Amino acid sequence: MGNLKTIARRTFLIGSTAIIGGVAFGVYRYKTPYANPLLNDLSEGEAALTPYVRIDASGITLITPRAESGQGAHSVQAALIAEELDVELDQVDVDPGMPDKAYYNTALGADGAPFAATDDSFMANSTRTVMDSLMKFMGMQITGGSTTVPDSYLKLRLAGAVARETIKAAASQKTGIAVADLITKAGKVITPSGTVIRYEELAATAASLDPVEEVILRDPSLWRILGKQHQRHDTVAKSTGAQAYGIDFKRDGMMHAAVRTNPRRGGKIISYDDTKAKVMRGVQKVLPITGGIAVVADNTWRAIQAANAVEIEWGPAPYPSDMSAHWQALSDTFNEDQQDSRQRDDGDVIAAMDGANVIEAKYRAPYLAHAPLEPISAVVEVSEGRVDVWTGTQIPRLVQKNVSKLTGVNFDEVHVHVLVMGGSFGHRLEDRVVKEATEIAMEMSGVPIKLTYSREENMAHTDTRQIAMARGRGTVKNGQVETMELGIAMPSVIASQMGRQGLSLPGPDLQIVAGAWDQPFSIPNYRITGYRAPELAPISSWRSVGASTNAFFHDVFLDELIHAAGADQMEERLRLCWHEPSRKVLEKVAEMCNWGATLAPNKGRGVAFCMSFGVATAEVIELTNTKDGIKLDKAWVAAEVGKVIDPNMFENLVQGGLNWALGHAIMSEITYSDGMVEQKNFDTFESLRMYQSPEIKVAGLENDENVHGMGEPMVPPAAAALSNAIFAATGQRVREMPMNKFIDFV
Amino acid sequence: MKITVNGIEHKVDVEPDMPLLWVLRDELGFTGTKYGCGIAQCGACTVHMNGEAVKSCQVAAEDIDGEVITIEGLGTPDAMHAIQSAWVEHQVAQCGYCQPGQMMTAAAFVMETPEPTNDEIDEVMSSNLCRCGAYPRIRAAVKTAAKNLSKA
Repeated sequence: MGNLKTIARRTFLIGSTAIIGGVAFGVYRYKTPYANPLLNDLSEGEAALTPYVRIDASGITLITPRAESGQGAHSVQAALIAEELDVELDQVDVDPGMPDKAYYNTALGADGAPFAATDDSFMANSTRTVMDSLMKFMGMQITGGSTTVPDSYLKLRLAGAVARETIKAAASQKTGIAVADLITKAGKVITPSGTVIRYEELAATAASLDPVEEVILRDPSLWRILGKQHQRHDTVAKSTGAQAYGIDFKRDGMMHAAVRTNPRRGGKIISYDDTKAKVMRGVQKVLPITGGIAVVADNTWRAIQAANAVEIEWGPAPYPSDMSAHWQALSDTFNEDQQDSRQRDDGDVIAAMDGANVIEAKYRAPYLAHAPLEPISAVVEVSEGRVDVWTGTQIPRLVQKNVSKLTGVNFDEVHVHVLVMGGSFGHRLEDRVVKEATEIAMEMSGVPIKLTYSREENMAHTDTRQIAMARGRGTVKNGQVETMELGIAMPSVIASQMGRQGLSLPGPDLQIVAGAWDQPFSIPNYRITGYRAPELAPISSWRSVGASTNAFFHDVFLDELIHAAGADQMEERLRLCWHEPSRKVLEKVAEMCNWGATLAPNKGRGVAFCMSFGVATAEVIELTNTKDGIKLDKAWVAAEVGKVIDPNMFENLVQGGLNWALGHAIMSEITYSDGMVEQKNFDTFESLRMYQSPEIKVAGLENDENVHGMGEPMVPPAAAALSNAIFAATGQRVREMPMNKFIDFV
Repeated sequence: MKITVNGIEHKVDVEPDMPLLWVLRDELGFTGTKYGCGIAQCGACTVHMNGEAVKSCQVAAEDIDGEVITIEGLGTPDAMHAIQSAWVEHQVAQCGYCQPGQMMTAAAFVMETPEPTNDEIDEVMSSNLCRCGAYPRIRAAVKTAAKNLSKA
C-alpha cells in the first residue's frame, strides 16, 4: 500500500493499493483524530481504498458506482476516468462495483439546502457544505437528483490522472527512463525509442510505489473523449437483446416468487385461503409476508397465477379511501398553521394587491407512477451467515442496511450486487421488493429466491409522485408583472420517503416549493409559500420531485400574468430574469425557434422556464389546434449544464425526458378508489406513444463554471410550456393535469 | 410439445395456456424477450411467429404455430440484422428495455414496407411503448434500416 500524504485544498485523496495480481486506484478515507462517522470501522492510521480503476493481468476495469437506469451513467463515469487515464473506451471493462460508503454522493445534499442554485454567497456555500456532511453521515451511495455528473466530474478525473502518473512512475522505474520522457496512449506507456509497455504489465510495480498524488487535470481544450460523441458502452448489447437486466438474472437452483400485498397500501391482511393456489402446478409454497402473501413456484408465470388464485381479505387503508378526501386535505392546508416555508417574500404583496385588480388562479397536479417498463424484481439468497442480493437499485447502501436488519446477518456479510435497470425515474429509490424477497428467502435458506412483481402488483404498490395544489394571486401594472404570490400545498415527499427508511426530516421540506421559490426572477412583489399537507398515500421522488408539479404552477401563473399585462411572453420573462446564465437559455431557445415569427392559423407557441437541480432550462412547444384535437408539432429545449459530457447522450436524454414529461402532463394520473390504485396497467395508466412525439431540438449551454446533471431538469418546464402553448392556440387555460380531461388531443 | 425457436426445435412440458412469453423466458432462457405488461399494451415481448410480429404475452402455448424468432435470432452482436445496426448507428437505447420489442416490430414492418412514410412508421411503431421517450431516435433508426435493406 502506498504511503499516504494529506493533500491540502483537495477534497479527495486519491491513492493506490496492491490487489491480487495488480493495482487499484481510488479514493482514500482516513481515520483521523477528528470524529468522522464514515470511518468507524477503521483503526487509527488505517485507510480504506474505494477503487475507481483496477488494473491486473485480465485487463483494465473502470468502476462506476452510480447506477445505470438508462441515463448513460455508466458511460459518463467511464468517460471521465478514461479521459485522464489515457485508455480508449473500447479497451476497458465497466463494473458497477460493490456498495461502499466511500462512494457517497457529495452532490445530492447540495440541493436540499435552503439556498437557490443561483446563490453563490458564502452562507449558501457553507450551508451546502453542511448538507454535504449530512449525506456523508448517512453514507449514502445514491443515484438520484441528477447528481451523477456533478459528483463524479472532479473525483473520477482525479482518479484517472493519479492512476496514469503512477503507472508512468512504474514504467520509469522499470526502464530507467525519466517520467517526463514517457507518454501514455490507449492503455500503454510509450518510451522515446518507441517501446510499448501495456498498463497491465506495470500493475505489479505500480502497486509497490507511492501513488503520484500531485497531478494536474488536463485543460478541456486537450480532451479526447469528454465533450465529444461516443458510442455508449451498452449500445451493442441493448441493440441485440444481449443486455441482461435485473429481471433476467438467474442463479442455479433459483425458485420464482410472486407476492400480493394489501392494495390499500400499508393496510393489514385479515385472512387468506390458499387451498386452490397450493395445488397449482409448479407451486412449492404459499407463505404469509408483511401485509400479504407470497407464492414460490418453479416459473414466474406459475407463481403469479397462483398468487392471483389466493383468496384474500384485506384490511382498511391507513389514508383516505377516495380521491376527493385527498384533494380536500390539500385544500384545507392553505393556512398559517400548516405553513412549511416562505423562502421568498420580496416587496409587499399584501399592500400591492390592496384595492388592485387581482388576477387569481388555482392549479392541481395528480399522483403519478414512475412505471419503468421493467417490472421490479430482486433475487435474494440467504445462507449461513451471509446474504446476497441481486437487484436494480439506486440505494445499495440502504438495501444492505435493511437486509442486515431483517436477517440479523452482519452488515458486512450482506452483499448487494447492483444490476442494470430497465428504467427507474426514481422508482428504485424504494426497496420494498428487496425486503419482501428477503422475507421469502429467510423461509427457504440456501435457495435463491427471485421475486418478480407482475405489472399489476407493481402499479398497485407504486410510491407515486405527490399530488399538489396551488393558488396564485397577482397584479400587473403598466404592461409589466408587478405582483406574484403563489401558495403551494402538498404532503412532504421527503418525509414519506425517509420515513420508510426509518429516518426523519428535520425542518421544512423545500421540495414543497422547489421549482418555484428558487426562480431567478425579480418581480417587485413576489412571495412563494409552501404548505405541508398531512401524510396521505405513500409518495416518493418522481423524476424532478417537487419541481415536477411546481414549475407547472409557477410558470403557467406567470404566463397568465404576462398575458394580463399584455406583454410578450419571452420579452417579459427576459425583463424579469436577473440571472445571466438563465437569460442566456431564454435567449437561446428564442433564437432556436425564431420566437416572434408569424405562425399558421390554429397554431400556438408557449414558452416556460425552470431552474431545477442547478440547471436553468427553457422550453418552447409549438402545436396545432386541429379538428381532432391538439397536435404537438415541435419543441425546443435550451439548458445550462456547465459542460455537455457527451452531446449524443445529452440529446437523447433531453428529447426522451421531454417526451416523458409531456406524456404525463397530457394523459397520466394515479387515483385511489376504496383505498386502492385504480390504474393497474398501461391500458389505464397511459403513456406517450410515437405518433404523439413532437420534433425536438435541444441545445446544451456551457456558460456556468459548475457542471450539472441532466437527468431531470428537462421535465419541470414541459407541462407549463404545453399549457401555455394550448392557451396561445385556443384561448383556453388548462390549469390541471392530466390535460386531456379538459381538452382533446390527437 | 415441440416449439421451434430461432431455427432450433425444443421440447417443452407446459400448460396449454402458458403464454409464449414465459415459455421463452423461463422455460427456454430467451431473456431478450421482455415482460412489460402482459396485456398487449407495451410491445416489449414482441417476437416473430411465421414471419409476423406478435405480442408473445398474448400467444398461448397451445396456439404456437410455426417458427418463432426472438431478438437473439434476428441477429447477434457479431452478426447484426440491419435493424440492429441501425439501432447501434443512431444509439437509440437509453434504458433499452423496450428495444428488443421495438426492433422486432420494426424488422417485420420494414421487410413488408421497404419505403415507409413517416406516418406509416408512427402508426406501426406506436404499438410499442418506450417509457424513456426515445421516439425521435427509433423513428430515425427505422428509416435508416429501411434504406439499408432496400439497397441490399
